[in-house]
Amino acid sequence: MFSTFLCILRRDITLAMRRRTDILTTLFFFVIVASLFPLGVGSEKEVLRFLGPGVVWVAALLASMLALERLFASDFADGTLEQMLLTPQPLSVLVLGKICAHWLLTGLPLVLIAPLIGLQYGLEGTQLLVMVMALLVGTPVLSLVGSIGAALTLGLRGGGILLSLLVLPLYIPVLVYGSGAVTVSAIDLADVQPFMALLGAFLILALAFSPLATAAALRISVE
Amino acid sequence: MRHADACLQVTGLEVQRGDRWLFTDLDLAIESGELLHVRGPNGCGKTTLLRALCGLLLPQAGEILWNGESIRRLGEEFTRDVIYLGHLNGIKHELTGIENLRVSATLDGDRVDDDAIWDALEQIGLAGFEDLPTMVLSQGQKKRVALARLLLTGAKLWVLDEPFVALDVKAVARLESLIVGQVERGGIVILTTHQEVALTSGTIRTLDLGQAGQVRGR
Repeated sequence: MFSTFLCILRRDITLAMRRRTDILTTLFFFVIVASLFPLGVGSEKEVLRFLGPGVVWVAALLASMLALERLFASDFADGTLEQMLLTPQPLSVLVLGKICAHWLLTGLPLVLIAPLIGLQYGLEGTQLLVMVMALLVGTPVLSLVGSIGAALTLGLRGGGILLSLLVLPLYIPVLVYGSGAVTVSAIDLADVQPFMALLGAFLILALAFSPLATAAALRISVE
Repeated sequence: MRHADACLQVTGLEVQRGDRWLFTDLDLAIESGELLHVRGPNGCGKTTLLRALCGLLLPQAGEILWNGESIRRLGEEFTRDVIYLGHLNGIKHELTGIENLRVSATLDGDRVDDDAIWDALEQIGLAGFEDLPTMVLSQGQKKRVALARLLLTGAKLWVLDEPFVALDVKAVARLESLIVGQVERGGIVILTTHQEVALTSGTIRTLDLGQAGQVRGR
């Protein structure tokens, strides 16, 4: 079972490495959206510091949304997805492998570049650290939850818009606690703990249930 | 290696696409060492039937039994025994033939080493093209990469949807011999094609899917 997981993970990473633009577009989208706000609201330091955590999280949400559409689309188009349904491997394991690869390729780069964006907003040491930690726990939840929506809207016309309508509301808890963690870390670092614990709980829940839900949704979509 | 005896039974199968019934009350049974040739005009539901038989599509009514048990209930035990090659080749264009087959062999649970994969590609007539990304190959060559899986798999049931399309004369002959081999080993082949397939042993059965949902089984 683990070899199946690794096989899919390796396959998807190899594919992405041969088609690098896909990863870079997500990353640049994140950087650009987050950089537009200071241009729009002005460079008042207090305002930016106040807006920073929320803006970074919203940008991360939108960027991960954007990448979601591609999660199953190419496998669906060339028939490899239906072949996956016909393998004697549990579909949820294959799906988990795909989601992990997807996060490594689109989520992790965001986490790594987030401190630079944070600096733009005048966030300081501990806040930056908390932001990276929160993104590290939060972005996999986005990929996991998003995969259900991506599977449901697979092959639909105008699936992209529908996908955002389906998935964005489900992202709200992650947004609230993720940006909340960064905001309260400016006041007292000890207050961050409950926020991180909740994010961790979301991650565990999503890890347990989303591959199963995605697998079920894929079976419906491929039909 | 001979396959253990197996049988696929279909009772009262009904499939609806849109608001059109493609077939109603379809019964058929097919056993080891038999080939089922599904025939019919375009749009009569051949592909749909094949997809239903390998479990990709849930029929509105009826049961599909593999060795007497419902394929829905068998789940992964059934998919282990099936290989389906449809209109889509199911190969990644960015990966080479070798990489594609390595992935599908791992996922199919076939323990094959790289030598066997190189060998299979050579046998299917792709010597020299093994480590090129499949996007630079021609349609027929892509199809051959997909067909090379037939050489590597141990599946008992082959479901082939128009497998001869885009192949040249040599490849058609090669594929025919593979199909014959599978039937001789006691496997089951279900295919749709507009060509006649010559078998040296085993039985060929035909199923004509007629117009307006009429089904004639022979």
